[in-house]
Amino acid sequence: MHPILKLIAQRLALGLLLLLAASVLIFAGTSILPGDVAQSILGQSATPEALANLRRELGLNDPAVTRYFSWLGGVLQGDLGTALTNGRDIAESLGGRLKNTLFLAFWAAAISVPLAIFLGLLAVRYKDRWPDKLISAVTLTTISIPEFMIGYVLIYWVAIKWRMFPSVAIINDSMTLGAKLNAIAIPVMVLTLVVLAHMMRMTRAAILNVMQSAYIETAELKGLGMLKIIRKHAFPNAIAPIVNVVMLNLAYLVVGVVVVEVVFAYPGMGQYLVDHVSKRDVPVVQACGLIFAAVYIGLNLIADIVSILANPRLRHPK
Amino acid sequence: MTEPLLKVRGLKIGATAYPPGEKPVAIKIVHGVDFDLEAGKVLGLIGESGAGKSTIGLAAMAYGRGGVEITGGEVWVNGRNILKENLRNLRRLRGAEVTYVSQSAAASFNPAKKIMEQVTEAAIFQNKFTKSEAEARAIELFAKLGLPDPETIGNRYPHQVSGGQLQRCMTALALCPEPDLVVFDEPTTALDVTTQIDVLAAIKEAIVATGVAALYITHDLAVVAQVSDHIMVLQQGDMVEYGTVDQIINHPQEDYTKALVSVRSIDHQEKTPTDTPVLRVENVTARYQGTNFDVLKNINVDIHPGQTLAVVGESGSGKSTLARVITGLLPPSDGQITFDGRVLNPELATRPIEDLREMQMIYQMADTAMNPRQTVGTIIGRPLEFYFGLKGKAKQKRIQELLDEIELGDGFQDRYPAELSGGQKQRVCIARALAAKPKLIICDEVTSALDPLVADGILKLLLNLQKIEDVAYLFITHDLATVRAIADSIAVMYQGKVVRYGPKSQVLAPPFDDYTDLLLSSVPEMKIGWLEETIESRRMESAGN
Repeated sequence: MHPILKLIAQRLALGLLLLLAASVLIFAGTSILPGDVAQSILGQSATPEALANLRRELGLNDPAVTRYFSWLGGVLQGDLGTALTNGRDIAESLGGRLKNTLFLAFWAAAISVPLAIFLGLLAVRYKDRWPDKLISAVTLTTISIPEFMIGYVLIYWVAIKWRMFPSVAIINDSMTLGAKLNAIAIPVMVLTLVVLAHMMRMTRAAILNVMQSAYIETAELKGLGMLKIIRKHAFPNAIAPIVNVVMLNLAYLVVGVVVVEVVFAYPGMGQYLVDHVSKRDVPVVQACGLIFAAVYIGLNLIADIVSILANPRLRHPK
Repeated sequence: MTEPLLKVRGLKIGATAYPPGEKPVAIKIVHGVDFDLEAGKVLGLIGESGAGKSTIGLAAMAYGRGGVEITGGEVWVNGRNILKENLRNLRRLRGAEVTYVSQSAAASFNPAKKIMEQVTEAAIFQNKFTKSEAEARAIELFAKLGLPDPETIGNRYPHQVSGGQLQRCMTALALCPEPDLVVFDEPTTALDVTTQIDVLAAIKEAIVATGVAALYITHDLAVVAQVSDHIMVLQQGDMVEYGTVDQIINHPQEDYTKALVSVRSIDHQEKTPTDTPVLRVENVTARYQGTNFDVLKNINVDIHPGQTLAVVGESGSGKSTLARVITGLLPPSDGQITFDGRVLNPELATRPIEDLREMQMIYQMADTAMNPRQTVGTIIGRPLEFYFGLKGKAKQKRIQELLDEIELGDGFQDRYPAELSGGQKQRVCIARALAAKPKLIICDEVTSALDPLVADGILKLLLNLQKIEDVAYLFITHDLATVRAIADSIAVMYQGKVVRYGPKSQVLAPPFDDYTDLLLSSVPEMKIGWLEETIESRRMESAGN
């Protein structure tokens, strides 16, 4: 087998193992939460008999290990259980929310990743001159301001003063793509400003590191221009660290956007999770946790695989 | 008289140093150098590190590495002063009229691009050739430089060819755009001696065949004598002597040149082996964990008290692994090591402290072998405390004795490694090893990173200390001149085996086995025409067989 396939297979297996471990942690974590599910369903006035019946019905009297495996078995078959609060199928309600979250994350990434890399390249080209300093100052400022603050500032200017985009990002399936994009314009701006600095700084650092290499001098002594050197000789060798930080930020765009979703009343997963945490709806919390873990592990897995593929020594062994 | 291709007048080069916590200081690297180079001729620039040779070479492309700046003078290439040109015009000169071959091809090739793309890049970018023309020329150059499979080697990535092959590819890279001048910056220094001779011959043939002029930079006078027409000797940014190869090699005028010519002329009489060796390596076989081949195969050598065994071989021959096995860092898979009459535990962790004390090591990179935050006194004092429990005045006294022994006088105790020169650092490492009063010191390429004259000083010191302290050396090196200077007995290693072993006089006298013959005949001699003679005699031999 090609050594690179072996490496990738190893990474995939490791990813699955990690996901399994995460599922154990999530289950254990939610199991030791204080409070009784039956109690929270039936309310304070429930009779002891009713509570005991419901407990038996929900299987709460079984040992934790048994409950874990029956939960895991369901998950593997696509059955995430039913929400305690409204009795609806979790997979169904979560599906729509996940789609919305991914939609928002996709557009935020589509803008922020190329922009961050371009700004990083520009900062290298004009290292220690004013464009570099300006880029660093602006991106560091935006990463330092809390995201809800940026959200409100943008709502004030973009939505209220200039009336360019709506301040509330409510979308539904019947809207056209254009209408949806119009609705999420401000949240995308906020997210872009939040993740830009991290990726841009890493791109700058990774490429500057490569620029110290002897082969960059070789390229300079061939008479090549600076931009061509960065593009042709530095960037291909800086991909691995850049991809890693890009993937971390993509994971953030999926997993960490709760605040932004709340500010803009966006019907995504974060809001759904927060709602159900406050209602003690354990199966929903477990399902959301598992999906977030899967996204996180999956994106980091992709980063690993891209790093492996970007290494010519692994791609073309002796 | 026609205008020379390269004319340098009053070239001054400087840099700015930033000592921590102080104001930036301007340093002068080259203080006004003049020379001419005619088209098609080769000028050798020679000197020790810090002489400014590479800096002058790069100035021929109006390029300053890192913070280096050309501060004055004129550099005329093809009739125009390139120091007056703007960056745009300079970029048309670099990679077209003047090209560069660096010391480390391995670092100078982009690991992510195929060799062919990199070799032809400048020629295509500078509009010298179309892509197909450039590739045809590259293949022609690959063949001329004696690379295997010249048609297809360009499709490989840099890590897929050997170091010697990559250095030839770098030469092809420099010659591909048909430049008028090539700057060769120590192109064979990083290669094994048996590889160096082939690459040197290939470079010389390519220079002759293409009629290109060259600046050939090296610290090895014997190498530069083979390829140059003229030689310029540099010392700390000044020209010491300039002349034809014959003048410099055979009739040097200046003392510094004379010292360079006569370097490695230490005369060391070998001692006769004793009955009881201090270290006996018996049938040792070893491999690294997770590999499936033996790095050492059935090694048998002895080291006698107060004598030196030189282990010589190319990179990858297993000589450093032998040191790791002896010190216990890599337990052997078979065989045993006897030290001073007792069998040593194979693993370092299980050896008693006395065994550790009696065997010390000195490394190639003195820089990385010392804690940069400790003073020389602390560094040398540590083994005194650790092994002998010395404290206070007794320790100070002993440190001073050791400093005297390594010929570093007063005032060195409180200095930090960064304040020492390369040779001084290596001396401190020697003192640290001696502090333990060992019976055996393993010296792993201890002079390889040093300039020839400094290395000579270290070798003399080691020989002197051997007389006083009666310590034995296991001297690992790839350099045969060093071996001649210091060894009593020699083990020649090749691919994990000892191919030749015995007293120096026997090992270095014919009849030779094939490998030792190749190794010995590959060492450049300070003699004009040595390269051609050696290559020719090898050709005759292989034709005869």
